[in-house]
Amino acid sequence: MTPRATDIAAAVRAGGTTASEVVEAALERIEAGDDEISAFLRVTPDHARSRAREVDAAVEAGRDPGPLAGVPVGMKDVLCTEGVETTCGSRILAGWHPPYTATAVARLEAAGAVMVGKTNMDEFAMGSSNENSAFGPARNPCDTERVPGGSSGGSAAAVAAGFVPVALGSDTGGSIRQPASLCGIVGMKPTYGRVSRYGLVAFASSLDQVGPMTTNVADAALVYGAIAGPDALDATSIPDTPPDVTAELERGLEGMTFGVIEELSRGDAFEPAVIAAFERTLSAIEAAGGRVVEVSLPSAPHALSAYYLIAPAEASSNLARFDGMRYGLRVEGESAEDTNRRTREAGFGDEVKRRIMLGTYALSAGYYDAYYAKAQKVRSLVIRDFAAAYADADVLCSPTSPSVAFRLGERSHDPLAMDQSDLCTIPTNLAGHPGISVWCGDDAAGLPIGFQILAPALEEARLFRAAAGVEAELGTRAVGGGGEP
Amino acid sequence: MTAPPPDTIRGADGVEYEAVIGLEVHAELRTRTKMFSGAPNAFGGAPNVNIDPTSLGLPGSLPVLNRRAVGLAIRFGLAVGSTIQRAIFHRKNYFYPDMPKDFQISQYDEPICAGGEIEAIDDAGGLHTVRLVRAHLEEDTGKLVHRGGGGRIHEADSSLVDYNRAGVPLLEIVSEPDIRSPAQARAYVNELRAILRELDVSDVKMEEGSLRVDANISVRAVGDTRLGTRAEIKNMNSVRSLQRALEFEFERQVRICAARGEVVQETRHWNEEDGQTHSMRSKEEAFDYRYFPEPDLVPIVPDPAWVEEIRAGLPELLPARRVQAVCGTHGVSADLVMSVVYTPGLADWVDAEVAAGADAGRAYVWASQEVLAHMNETGTAVSGLRIPARAFVELTELTRDGTLSSKLAKQVLRAVLDSGRSPREVVEEEGLAQISDSGELEGIVAGVLDSNPEAVEKYRAGEEKVIGFLVGQVMKATQGKANPGQVNEILRARIGS
Repeated sequence: MTPRATDIAAAVRAGGTTASEVVEAALERIEAGDDEISAFLRVTPDHARSRAREVDAAVEAGRDPGPLAGVPVGMKDVLCTEGVETTCGSRILAGWHPPYTATAVARLEAAGAVMVGKTNMDEFAMGSSNENSAFGPARNPCDTERVPGGSSGGSAAAVAAGFVPVALGSDTGGSIRQPASLCGIVGMKPTYGRVSRYGLVAFASSLDQVGPMTTNVADAALVYGAIAGPDALDATSIPDTPPDVTAELERGLEGMTFGVIEELSRGDAFEPAVIAAFERTLSAIEAAGGRVVEVSLPSAPHALSAYYLIAPAEASSNLARFDGMRYGLRVEGESAEDTNRRTREAGFGDEVKRRIMLGTYALSAGYYDAYYAKAQKVRSLVIRDFAAAYADADVLCSPTSPSVAFRLGERSHDPLAMDQSDLCTIPTNLAGHPGISVWCGDDAAGLPIGFQILAPALEEARLFRAAAGVEAELGTRAVGGGGEP
Repeated sequence: MTAPPPDTIRGADGVEYEAVIGLEVHAELRTRTKMFSGAPNAFGGAPNVNIDPTSLGLPGSLPVLNRRAVGLAIRFGLAVGSTIQRAIFHRKNYFYPDMPKDFQISQYDEPICAGGEIEAIDDAGGLHTVRLVRAHLEEDTGKLVHRGGGGRIHEADSSLVDYNRAGVPLLEIVSEPDIRSPAQARAYVNELRAILRELDVSDVKMEEGSLRVDANISVRAVGDTRLGTRAEIKNMNSVRSLQRALEFEFERQVRICAARGEVVQETRHWNEEDGQTHSMRSKEEAFDYRYFPEPDLVPIVPDPAWVEEIRAGLPELLPARRVQAVCGTHGVSADLVMSVVYTPGLADWVDAEVAAGADAGRAYVWASQEVLAHMNETGTAVSGLRIPARAFVELTELTRDGTLSSKLAKQVLRAVLDSGRSPREVVEEEGLAQISDSGELEGIVAGVLDSNPEAVEKYRAGEEKVIGFLVGQVMKATQGKANPGQVNEILRARIGS
């Protein structure tokens, strides 16, 4: 079992251990275990060792090595890393070495963290199982016959397998929270604009957000603190200084009101074990002095439909640049247009093609108003409904996903069933609000279940307080090879 | 002055047709950096040096709006009376190898400048108002260089892309179809260029591509108020080509209409060599750009205080009005004043001389003839002229006191422009002063009369115009330096007696 990021950083800073030792151990764990899990698309030992030596040199020289000194981190392969191949899980970008580094990655490393590799993912972050990776799926460390969720499945698996204490993911419709839930770890999506998207290869620009995946809430807060904040390179970045969330972690649940979102917590889509674990969590919250009320989000059932128009529409435009002209795969054709077509035909997987076609259609002349414009109206309704719900509660909650991890191949030919996996997470992305998934128990087969907490925009402090409070009652799930909870 | 081409064409069917023209002008904005990134906005240089992740559209890169570009758009809008409004950006999606992202960030239904008008001035000094639909911000594309196959992409052996221009800020200025002739189109673009230059918004060099014009033209019978089917004409790289292309297209469409044919809605390419327009693509082949709001950028909400600050820095008069003001006050012909006002910096220099005491009428004539001729011959800009301050003031004084005839003044001015000396220095050093000494002139006149007895006879016989011949002979004898008025007087006094 890996120690917590907070403990590693404290030890490295105090000279109790070195970043090099910590990183070497992480590289060994990956070497020993990742053949089975495929959490990493590539491991970067040279980069990791040289970064670790820099951290150690800082400690030796008496300089501040940063709050995440020596913490090994997996970066989702959708984040650009200068000189390190970045593929987004797609053949079309195989071999591409970005000339620049994403802001979130740069900030995490500036805080002392050490990237040890790039993690597996659904191609261009489109998917909920990691089966859409062009380089083979990552597997769930809790049961390797099952998916780790997606699209940040590699990041979730890397943390749940105990390879690294921290990974970065990206969340467009639940891609951090859903795999965190399926792997029994903590996954947090900040307010839209809180973390710079510069260097995050875009899936759906108005929904994408980078966030931490960790074994516990305190580590997520630490990582959040390092990556959040204004960035002049992202016009949608929020100019305010983010709150200091670490101060909130010990405040407890006394006096906090949790609003259970009726539409996202009940119904046939939910496995009984998920509902049972959710109810147990609500009881624990009440026992800890929190209040539980029911709230309604009437537009929630339409959120999924709106999402599946807005996200593909933006994706169809964002992914147009993969045309074989400048970087990545190029399949020569008879003309520039033909080269473009052949490159995309060969380079994109089925799910990506499906969404590009859907999005292109939704934006076409004559269909825009019926699809894209209407979906944006639903989005406004979702935001309005959230505002009303927050009138009655400090935070909202639901199960993170209606089911536990499913078997590889079980849903891969049924896109609609796959989409159900993101039922509870998608409305948050449409609203741009922050959300977090914490572990709340296992089903009878030992598969983890996640509890989702949501907060209004910019209220990460409240979100972390609630999450830490719930974690204090339920504990964290052991990582690194299915140990006892 | 040549007669302006007719504004209407009589078709073979005997119907009088007029042209209905609207122009889309793209002006590159004078900024240090690109529209959405910190890469330099610079013309020329080696290919693919003024680039960064954003102007190459690399995965993960994001656009950040250039504040100066917005300020320049607002400056233009205020100068031409546009409404400055909240604006958003849209993505215009289409594939072309010079487009790094395969979409262009542009403005669609919420542009920064709405409405406004431009007054174009014709050679006779008349103003014609052209209303503007809008002026909006967008980014430029890269440039393709085709190797082999006559420079067109489809026949080329290979094509290279230079992304230096990709992301350079553009202001697209769209006119209403208020233009009625190719000559008016030329006048409109000349005025627009002068405005953009005067405001320091753009370099407006058509040959470098920093100003590009696309034209929409249709024809209709004079008196008809409906619009005909239009063609869009591209690839004109000078104001002269614009006028030629429109004249060609006007005639082509009139021929079609007169033969009861139908003009096809299409995009046509102007070919400078054969002087014709050629079909590029029809409406059916037109792109579906799938416009949608650019999610990577936030709306532009112009701060009213900023807008007022920009307004306070605007020039008092736009070029056409300035031409009118000079013509009205000093009685100089419009085409002369226009040539001065449309030359960057020249009118300001002339006005400073006038303010210091130079004669305004003479000053505009000198500027439009000798100074412009010198600039054209030597390829000099106003800032590079060696003409000293107060040169026009001195020339005025030297003319007024009779030292220089108007012809000599021009000769002195050419010498001033060539050498950088003051007019007085030129007059002294080259002995160009007019001969007004009556004793000296008496002697020269006597000599001329002695050698032309027949002319004297004719004059005495009543043939008065012979006096002109005799004055000419005196001027010849003095290399043009004799004071013509004085020569006239002396001649008449001598032979009249």
